[in-house]
Amino acid sequence: MRHLIDPMDISMTELKDLLDLAEEIIKKKEDFNQVCKGKILGTLFYEPSTRTRLSFEAAMLRLGGSVIGFSDAGVSSAMKGESIPDTIRTVSSYVDIIAMRHPKEGAPKLASYYSFVPIINAGDGGHYHPTQTLTDILTIRLRKGQLSNLTIGLCGDLKFGRTVHSLIKSMSSYGNKFILISPQELQIPQYIKMQLFNKNSSFMEVESLEDVIDKLDILYMTRVQRERFFNEEDYIRLKDSYILDKEKLKLARKDLCILHPLPRVNEISYEVDDDPRACYFEQVKYGMYIRMALILRLLGVM
Amino acid sequence: MLYIDSISKGIVIDHIRPGNGFKIFKYLGLNKADFRVALIIKAQSKKYGKKDLIKLENVMDLDLTMLGFIDPNITINIIQDEKVVKKIKLSLPEEVEGIIKCKNPRCICSEERQIVHRFVLIDDKKGIYKCDYCEQIYSWEG
Repeated sequence: MRHLIDPMDISMTELKDLLDLAEEIIKKKEDFNQVCKGKILGTLFYEPSTRTRLSFEAAMLRLGGSVIGFSDAGVSSAMKGESIPDTIRTVSSYVDIIAMRHPKEGAPKLASYYSFVPIINAGDGGHYHPTQTLTDILTIRLRKGQLSNLTIGLCGDLKFGRTVHSLIKSMSSYGNKFILISPQELQIPQYIKMQLFNKNSSFMEVESLEDVIDKLDILYMTRVQRERFFNEEDYIRLKDSYILDKEKLKLARKDLCILHPLPRVNEISYEVDDDPRACYFEQVKYGMYIRMALILRLLGVM
Repeated sequence: MLYIDSISKGIVIDHIRPGNGFKIFKYLGLNKADFRVALIIKAQSKKYGKKDLIKLENVMDLDLTMLGFIDPNITINIIQDEKVVKKIKLSLPEEVEGIIKCKNPRCICSEERQIVHRFVLIDDKKGIYKCDYCEQIYSWEG
């Protein structure tokens, strides 16, 4: 039985297969709307994440399956002190596949040791969020038609953003150039850097988005949180350089592709939304399709 | 020169890194043993300069995973009729359960009551382990 806990659980061959399947689903949606008839997805959300939960639920419903679950540990048996192994053995007796979100790191891994059905990690604290990484990669492939020879800029909080780390790790095996744009306080930690970059890829670090935006094929924006800064001055000095607006976008290439894992706060101005280079709402939609492909493969129905 | 009798039947835990001898002595509960035990600290060693060693005049079950984790350089000699009949070279175990605890406050280990703390070896030269759940790094400093 396969689970998806860590984005690195998926080999390059399997990734290609998932992306191909997602593209096929996008092209022929009606061919897939009954393939999971009679199957049930359990959504175990120990912390609220409406966006991710709805994406999983919509994915299962569009495959013709059904969904049960909880979206707040406060109303579930977890509040009564039930252990994860017990909850998982119970729920996995009812459903065919589980999407699990938990505030603690490693909770889905623990669940996978006890589950009778495949577990998908839908986010475990600041640790992994593999379906976000799959979403990002599918969006890049659909927009660019390729996964290699791209210049990928990642901007904002690169220290704590594990989604960013996973994306770099996956994309670096294809041979790409990375430009890491962040204040020094929020750079990728050295020890992680060593693990992230494959020898096929190169990277450089800069502090200002304006300086490099004209070189980018992809711009992956993340939120810079005030509480991450050591002092207020640095925050005030730096916060504007990590906000993408029309003015900065004037410097960028015509075929730039702007991604964001959402939700955004102010790091992308609303005026950018109408620009054809803004891909983040498209990205949300692709997230649902790649989850459909993932559910199909993990269930083994197709 | 300090002289310690050779044993006719028993176990010699040899090549213990200086300083680890007493740790292992305590871990094995040898202060409560009802047979002859010798703990030798900072003996001469051809290989390492100095070493600790423990001689047990008895045969007992040893948890080799745990001993390997405390000190991967150890050699265990099983003695019968004053001869070494078996030599066991220890190494860092691939996986350790319930020996070290994950200290990451964000790890599921900090919340679940009955969870077994499990670490997996990722670098046997440097003795680096990671928590099986949250991947927090644990560096062995024996």
